[in-house]
Amino acid sequence: MPSAVDIRNVSKSFGRGAYAVEVLKSVSVEIAHKEFFTLLGPSGCGKTTLLRLIAGFEAAQKGQILIDGVEMSSLPPFQRPVNTVFQSYSLFPHLTVAQNVAFGLEGTGASRSEVKRRVGEALEMVRMGDFECRKPSELSGGQQQRVALARALAPRPKVLLLDEPLSALDLKLRKQMQIELKQLQEEAGITFVFVTHDQEEALTLSDRVAVMHQGRILQLDDPRTIYEHPSHRFVADFIGDINFLEGRVDTRGVIALKCGAVLADSRAGATHGDISVAIRPERAKRVPTGQGNVDGTLIQSVYLGTGLLHQLRLPCGSVFLLREAAAEAAPLPAHGGTVGIELPAAAISVFAS
Amino acid sequence: MISRENIRRVTLLSPSLTMLFVMIGLPLAILAWISLLQRGVTSGVDWSAPLGLDNYIRLLWEEDFDGTIFFHTRYLEVVLRSVLLAAGTTFFCIIVGVPAALWMASLPKRGRDVIVLLITIPFWTSLLVRNYAWLIILRDDGSVNWVVNALIPGDDVGLLYTNTAVFIGLVYSFLPFMILPIYAVFEKFDWSLLEAAYDLGAGRARAFRKVMLPIAMPGITAGAMLVFIPCLGAFITPALLGGGKTLMIGNLIQLQFGPSRNWPFGASISIVLLALMMLFLMGLALWKNRRSQ
Ligand SMILES: Nc1ncnc2c1ncn2[C@@H]1O[C@H](COP(=O)(O)OP(=O)(O)O)[C@@H](O)[C@H]1O
Ligand SMILES: [Mg+2]
Repeated sequence: MPSAVDIRNVSKSFGRGAYAVEVLKSVSVEIAHKEFFTLLGPSGCGKTTLLRLIAGFEAAQKGQILIDGVEMSSLPPFQRPVNTVFQSYSLFPHLTVAQNVAFGLEGTGASRSEVKRRVGEALEMVRMGDFECRKPSELSGGQQQRVALARALAPRPKVLLLDEPLSALDLKLRKQMQIELKQLQEEAGITFVFVTHDQEEALTLSDRVAVMHQGRILQLDDPRTIYEHPSHRFVADFIGDINFLEGRVDTRGVIALKCGAVLADSRAGATHGDISVAIRPERAKRVPTGQGNVDGTLIQSVYLGTGLLHQLRLPCGSVFLLREAAAEAAPLPAHGGTVGIELPAAAISVFAS
Repeated sequence: MISRENIRRVTLLSPSLTMLFVMIGLPLAILAWISLLQRGVTSGVDWSAPLGLDNYIRLLWEEDFDGTIFFHTRYLEVVLRSVLLAAGTTFFCIIVGVPAALWMASLPKRGRDVIVLLITIPFWTSLLVRNYAWLIILRDDGSVNWVVNALIPGDDVGLLYTNTAVFIGLVYSFLPFMILPIYAVFEKFDWSLLEAAYDLGAGRARAFRKVMLPIAMPGITAGAMLVFIPCLGAFITPALLGGGKTLMIGNLIQLQFGPSRNWPFGASISIVLLALMMLFLMGLALWKNRRSQ
C-alpha cells in the first residue's frame, strides 16, 4: 500500500536569480496512513511552505509529492484529496457556520439532505452543533477553531493539513483542544500533517515528529526518541531544557569535560576531538558533595509544583540545570553551598562541535 | 425632556440641521409647491394660481383642441430612455469595474497607488470639458470614425447624437465611481479565503461566485448607487453627445426651466425624477435586506 503522503527530494526557492532563497532543501518524508505526523521547527524554517506544497498552493522546483501513490504536481489545489486548517482559520465571513462547513460538500454532487446530514455530523464531532446559524464573527477564537476543523474534516479528505491551528488560543484552551484533536484524529481515522513550533505540543500529540531547521529535516523519529536521543545539537537544544558541557574525547572514548569531570563516551568513541555533552536536567542526579562526576555551587532553587529546579554554577563558570522530584529531595545546602552532580552514562548525548 | 444632554445634542447638531433645512428641505418644499402651480404670463410661475395636479397629468395625457383627452408617450419615452441608459450604464460599469478593481487589488502597493491616481486625474478637469472631448472623438471627422473607416471602408459611422454616444459618454463619466468602491473592498480582501475555497474543492468560477462576489457586494451596491442615481439625472452628457435628439430627464427639466419658461412643469418632472430615485434606493435596500437573511 502506498504511503498517505510521499515527499521525495522536494526543493523550493522563493525569488529569482541572485535574490533566490532556498526555503526547502531536498526534503524527503513518507507519512503513513492514519498517522499523526508533526512538522516541528522554529519560525521561518519552512514548515508552512512544505504544507502549502502538499496542498498545492505553491509548486516545488524539484522533487515530487505523491498522495496515496498519485503524483500531485499537475493537480491544482481544488483537485487534491487534502484539506487544510489554516493558521488564521480563514472562515468565510459572509457565510454561517453551517454554510462554511457545507462549502466543501456542495461541489461534490452530494444531495441536499446528504450535505445537511454531514454538516450536522461534522459540527457534532467538534461539539458546535448549537452554533449552526451564527456567523464566524459571532464566535470566540476557540469556537472558530472548531468550525475550521469541522469544515476541513467534512469532505473526508485523505490527509488533513493543520498549520499551527492552536497557536492563537490561550494556554488552557490549547491544552483542551490538543486532547480533542488527538481524539478526533483517532475517531476519524485520517492522516494528520500537523505544523507547530511548540515542542511540547509536538511531543504530546504525534506518532512521529520531523524536526526542521533551515529548510532541512534534521531528525524524524517518534517523540520519545526525539526527546531522549536527539541526533543533532540543534534538536537537543530546541526540544525541552538541556545542559551542554564542552569537552574533548580521545581515541579510547574517554571524555574530559572543561569543568573537570571525566566520563566514558556512551557511543564508545565514535567521534574524537572537540565535543559537547548534553544532558536533560531531570536525567542528572544530585548526590552528596564529592561523590558525583562534578561538584556545583547552588545559585538558586525553584519550586515548580512537579519538582524542584536547581541552578548550579560549575567550576568552569557555566550554569547547570538539575531537576528532581520534590518529594524525594534530600535536604538542600544553603545558597552558595556545594552539591555533587552525577551524569549517568545512559543519560548523556554526545555531539561533535 | 430638556436635560443637559439634550440641550448639548441640539446645540451641536443645529448648524448642520439648519444647513440641511435651508439648502435641501426648503428648496424641495418650494419645488413641490411650484409643481402644483401654473406657468405665469410674464415669469416662469403664476404664484397666485390654484393648486392642482395638472402638470403631472400633462406628463401622460394631453387635451386636444376639440377638448378630448388622449394618452401620449412623448415624456414616457424620455423617462424610459433615461432609466434604460442609467441601468445599462450601471450594469456595464459593474461588468468592467469588478475585474478592473480585482486587477488593481492584485498589484503591488506602488502599482495600486499609481492606478488610483490615474483614475482620479480626470476629475481635475470639468465634466463639461471631458464631454466636449468625446464630442470631438465621436463626430464624423473624429478619430473613431477614422479608425473604423480605415478598417472597414464605407459610410460614416454616425455615432454622435445617438443613444450609443450618450451611453459611451455616461460610462466614461461614471466608471470611476464604480471602480473605486469595489476596489476599496478588494483592497482589504483576505486572499487566504480564496485559498480556503480552492482547498475545499471549489474551482476558480465557484470560488469567485461564492466567495469573492458576495464579499465584494457592498462595494458593488455602493458603486451602483453612485452610478445609477447621477446617471438618471444626467444633463451635460446627453445635451452634448445626444444633441437635441436623445433627451434624458435632465434635459427635459432644463428645457422647461430654460427655453420653455414653464417652471411648474419642470418642477413636476423633477419630483418624478426624485420619486424614481427613491424607488431605486428602496428596491436596493429591500434586496440587500433579503440577501442578508
Ligand atoms: N511567498 C514567499 N516569498 C518569499 N519568501 C517566502 C515566501 N513564503 C515564505 N517565504 C520565506 O520562506 C521561509 C520559510 O517560511 P515558512 O514556510 O512560512 O516558515 P514557517 O512556517 O516554518 O515559519 C521564511 O524565511 C520566509 O520568509
Ligand atoms: Mg508558518
